[in-house]
Amino acid sequence: MSLMAMFSLVISSTLVYSAPLIFTSIGGTFSERAGVVNVGLEGIMGMGAFASVVFNLTLADTLGAATPWLGLVAGAAVGVLFSLLHAVATVTLRADHIISGTVINLLAPALGVFLIKVLYGKGQTIPISQDFGYASIPGLSKIPVLGQLLFEKTSGPAWLAMLVAGLSWYIIFKTKFGLRLRSVGENPQAADTLGLNVARLRYSGVMISGLLGGVGGAVVAQSISLNYSASTIVGQGFMAMAAMIFGRWNPLGALGASLFFGLSQSLAVVGAQLPGLKNVPSIWLQIAPYVFTIIVLVFFFGKTRAPKADGVNYIKAA
Amino acid sequence: MTAQKNSLSVALFSVLFGLIIGAIIMLVFGYNPFSGYTALLSSAFGSMQDIGSVLTQMTPLILTALGFTVAQTAGFFNIGLSGQALAGWVGAVWYSLSFPDMPAYFMIPSALILGAGLGALAGAIPGWLRAQFGASEVIVTIMMNYILLFLGNDILQNTMSKNIKESAETTKQVGANASLQIKWLTDLTQGSSISAGIFISLIMIVVVWFIMKKTTLGFEIRAVGLNPDSARYAGISAKRSAIVAMAISGGLAGLAGTIEGLGNYLNFFTQNGSPAIGFDGMAVALLGGGSYLGVLGAAAILSVLKIGGLGMPMSSGVPFELVDIVTASIIFFVGASYLIKLMQARIKAMDEKAASTAEAKKIAKTKSVQDNSKKGGE
Repeated sequence: MSLMAMFSLVISSTLVYSAPLIFTSIGGTFSERAGVVNVGLEGIMGMGAFASVVFNLTLADTLGAATPWLGLVAGAAVGVLFSLLHAVATVTLRADHIISGTVINLLAPALGVFLIKVLYGKGQTIPISQDFGYASIPGLSKIPVLGQLLFEKTSGPAWLAMLVAGLSWYIIFKTKFGLRLRSVGENPQAADTLGLNVARLRYSGVMISGLLGGVGGAVVAQSISLNYSASTIVGQGFMAMAAMIFGRWNPLGALGASLFFGLSQSLAVVGAQLPGLKNVPSIWLQIAPYVFTIIVLVFFFGKTRAPKADGVNYIKAA
Repeated sequence: MTAQKNSLSVALFSVLFGLIIGAIIMLVFGYNPFSGYTALLSSAFGSMQDIGSVLTQMTPLILTALGFTVAQTAGFFNIGLSGQALAGWVGAVWYSLSFPDMPAYFMIPSALILGAGLGALAGAIPGWLRAQFGASEVIVTIMMNYILLFLGNDILQNTMSKNIKESAETTKQVGANASLQIKWLTDLTQGSSISAGIFISLIMIVVVWFIMKKTTLGFEIRAVGLNPDSARYAGISAKRSAIVAMAISGGLAGLAGTIEGLGNYLNFFTQNGSPAIGFDGMAVALLGGGSYLGVLGAAAILSVLKIGGLGMPMSSGVPFELVDIVTASIIFFVGASYLIKLMQARIKAMDEKAASTAEAKKIAKTKSVQDNSKKGGE
């Protein structure tokens, strides 16, 4: 295998595995910046995957190649709806954030498979016909060397995810909404005193995490698993959570961490084809992302700090 | 005392609401909730074998829930129960298959200790990382679940010797010297996979209750959970308590996994995901509301749902997943107990108001009667 082919194989598969993590970890960032811990990202991704597959199977014939992209919208919509459950529980009903997130995670696969059984009569769907596959980005793919490596036969959703990362960074750190969102996550009482609607801002943070988590799940379903079953989303949501923490609650950091996780996940898959990694037992590549997460968490702890009021319910004085 | 009473009523309300949600979902999707729940009950209690299955299901859930409760008492959220259980399961099965000739009186205790020890180790690591470096135990235990899952499968597929394996994906059955199944129990429950594990679980409820409530160690763990700073001021090592609490928590989960291996399945096989007993145990602990007796009741309720749910598709057509939806809803209401407490307060307030208005009316009435009689007298 030529060096060029090797690089482009690793890069394109890294992008495929990173894309869902980028979307979801940025979603988590919005939620936690607003002060709501979201352990339920896994469940939200599951519902997004479910919605996109049902959408895809139902409308692929009429919508053709645009189906997976519109499937993202379906995943986002269902993700928002599902995240409302977390918002209601934590913001309005003052539930413990981790318990509520755990409920989301328990509920999503059960509800998804239940509905699949109701709709299709069996526990998993048939493969979708229109998936993301590999696409070339027009124009950019013509750049010599770099174009071939990065933009030819690449993952469309991954590049969309990077745009979203940039946009999210701008929203969180450069806009009025972002400032308010962060203030609610740091010191809700002070924010309340200044006339901000703490509950509404926290709802929006959680709902944005639902939107992006739903998109993330839809990306997994339509570019990796290509169908929906109980095992479509197994752990990606938790990985995204880890990426968010690595990224220090910053969308660009989450992007970097997701790319790193995507790389180690893709090496576990394509490693067998690479000369240098052929002899490394696959178990090491499999557990590498999780081991690295722990090491980095321990190592860089002094520098990571969650938003101050993250996970703390705000009870307005009557 | 009142807190205890409160959480019992919260738990009962939550179960009721969860079942109502399940019924609504069945109605919406065109199933008959009455026949659905009848099917559930009859497949949980229909025969001695069903009851045996419910008890088999309860066994690991009691232990993982106890483990979760101990960690929670110390202020930790142990999401790693399933990985810790897996460590015990793989280790105990591997060990017992490797020594097929060891006599049972030595094999069984040593296998139980080994499995619990492996779980304890898997629990102590995140405890230590938290105590020493402040690394969030939530993240570390989640990550360790995956590490242990992949390691367990890899040990089965690539490390275990061929002659203790049935196929690439399953080990052979453990021998009679390591099996926790008891003949009279198996016969009594018409061949269910119930084992002596249920007795171990029941004993552990008492043991853990005793350790946590009646010993210095338990007192220290509780003190650290309530307020680490004042515990340290009182001379308690918060670091040591954190590690010990997480080790006990993981050890109980490891014991649960060991009993799954030596009592329920009698082997180990490739796992597609972390064993459900971890998250289900968490659900049991949350429903149990931190009370040790509550764990027993909650394990019984969730196990009846689980085993009963298995029979739902056949006789009523309702997919099995409905019971998981019900379980999740129950925990939702436990978590959002504010809602239930608010409703209880409303009901109480309404009762009081009704009582006081009734009282007022009564007074007014007697007054008017008196007035009337006065008038009549005039």
